[in-house]
Amino acid sequence: MARTQTVSTAELKTIARRIRRHIIVMTSAANSGHPGGSLSSVEIMAALYFRLMRHDPQNPLWPDRDRFVMSKGHASPLMYATLAEAGYFPVEELKTFRQLGSRLQGHNIMHNPPGVEMSAGALGMGLSFSLGQALAARLDGRDSHVYCLIGDGDSQEGQTWEAALSCAHHKVDNLTVIMDRNHIQNDGFSDYARFNAAAAGDGQPPDRPGGWVLPDGHTANIMALDPLDEKWRAFGWKVWGLADGHDPDAITGALEEARAHKGQPAIVICETVKGKGVSFMENNPDFHGKAASPEEEQQALRELGDE
Amino acid sequence: MVQPPALEATRAALGPTLVKLAREGLDIVCVDADLGVSTSAVKFGREFPERFFAVGVAEQNMIGVAAGLAAAGKIAFCSSFAVFAPGHCFDQLRMAVAQPGTNVKLVASHAGVVTGEDGASAEALEDLALMLSMPPFQVVVPADYVEAGQAIEAAARTQGPFYVRTMRPKTPIIYDDSYRFQLGRWHRHRDGRDVTLMAIGELTKAAIDAAEMLAAEGIQARVYNASSLRPLDREAIVRAARETGAIVTAEDHFIHGGLGSLVAQVAAAEHPVPISFVGMKDRYGTSGAWDQLLTYFNLTPEAIAQAARDAIARKPR
Repeated sequence: MARTQTVSTAELKTIARRIRRHIIVMTSAANSGHPGGSLSSVEIMAALYFRLMRHDPQNPLWPDRDRFVMSKGHASPLMYATLAEAGYFPVEELKTFRQLGSRLQGHNIMHNPPGVEMSAGALGMGLSFSLGQALAARLDGRDSHVYCLIGDGDSQEGQTWEAALSCAHHKVDNLTVIMDRNHIQNDGFSDYARFNAAAAGDGQPPDRPGGWVLPDGHTANIMALDPLDEKWRAFGWKVWGLADGHDPDAITGALEEARAHKGQPAIVICETVKGKGVSFMENNPDFHGKAASPEEEQQALRELGDE
Repeated sequence: MVQPPALEATRAALGPTLVKLAREGLDIVCVDADLGVSTSAVKFGREFPERFFAVGVAEQNMIGVAAGLAAAGKIAFCSSFAVFAPGHCFDQLRMAVAQPGTNVKLVASHAGVVTGEDGASAEALEDLALMLSMPPFQVVVPADYVEAGQAIEAAARTQGPFYVRTMRPKTPIIYDDSYRFQLGRWHRHRDGRDVTLMAIGELTKAAIDAAEMLAAEGIQARVYNASSLRPLDREAIVRAARETGAIVTAEDHFIHGGLGSLVAQVAAAEHPVPISFVGMKDRYGTSGAWDQLLTYFNLTPEAIAQAARDAIARKPR
């Protein structure tokens, strides 16, 4: 049975706020984890799980369900918070994140908890797995759509491009990639798009190719991806670009069009802000893989507002 | 009754076995990275085109796609040369297959120096170490074409990650249709009380021949085809140690991380005895005819017999 839900924009924003609060609380309680890249995909996940996907939290292995494959497996706080809000398991369990005995490990583990479709944590593997799922659905005549969330780091792995080539070659149109493009990764800035030279205190980018290690230890221009839309088009994909990857209605609209598009795979490239919603985390590489301190946690929750 | 050929490559068993099993109703799919002619997987693709997915020369993607198909309920076979898979996709095998336990079967050919003329880059001497390092994988090295077909069938009928190592050259067929491969149970070719020879792949035949040589000297060797490396036949190892007091392992692989390491670990824990290791020792292969290379690298009946004499000489008096 399909569980497509219709929720208003206001409701979706409320859900997104709750998910953000979970992400902050979970990572702070664990004193580790990846809040930055979790916060950047919140509206994408809310739109998927509360508007677009056909899924059943009471029957997570329903064969005809749509699949969501999180390739950027370090965004596990977002995965778990979304599943809990969607009703896959009690919200209470989020407190156990990263603790011994918990189902909620630091990176995603397939079917543990139910609703997690794939193990991840090594980047670049999600799209291949999604293609396998899409081919199986087509072979079995199941009307099941596969959504795959990738990030900047995923897009630097060779396997992602092997898979991109392969998806177009096999003309899978029951597969949509969503790219959370926040331009920030573990060591710093993927390119110069979100890089603030003045803040880095080191003047202008150097006139030479390659990365630039800044005085604060971050790196700028780690591996630039532009022109990214042209790359995907050249690989045979239908491409949508969203200037605001935090606008739930724009995401919903683009993903509906992508799902309806036939004859080739589709990607929606969403420009997002790493750490979105928490002032001191926004565009700050430090919070790629670091939790807020107790004081920072309180400030973050004040900024996000009540549940 | 058609007489089976005296020589056949173990890699040639893949395609026909998959066709047979699919005809029987098994929900098999096959992902291919442009070596299906060599691994014989294309025979399945010819018969079941809608279940055969070519992904080009992209082994990492091959494993990921297979894992996705497996997660959707398919028995997902992949094949390549062992230097490319597992060689090129260890992380994918670990993350998308071993850890989640997806029902992916990797059948890798061109293992060992018997790969021959293609030279060192093509001769996988590390694949067993890689695959055995991931406990969810069952690992089998068939000794001949007949056993290869049965091992591949066992892989298809066993839930979970599975690795089958096959070889390029046509090697002697040592079993007939009455042979029954058993996962976790080694086939004993010969009994003896002085030493036990445990071999895999084409060296199984060499071990049988070595036992004949030893018998002529009055040394009675027990001989096992140790094809099932995981699950391992621990009972055969412990009994060999207790009853024969000396062991020789023989494998066309580095002596680290394969059969010899497994046997030594069990014997050391249960009943330590002298063990001699026949295999590749700290150097890569080279080009040549496969049988020439076996001689060149001391992977021969003579070398196994000498290793047996050495192990027997080290028995405590």
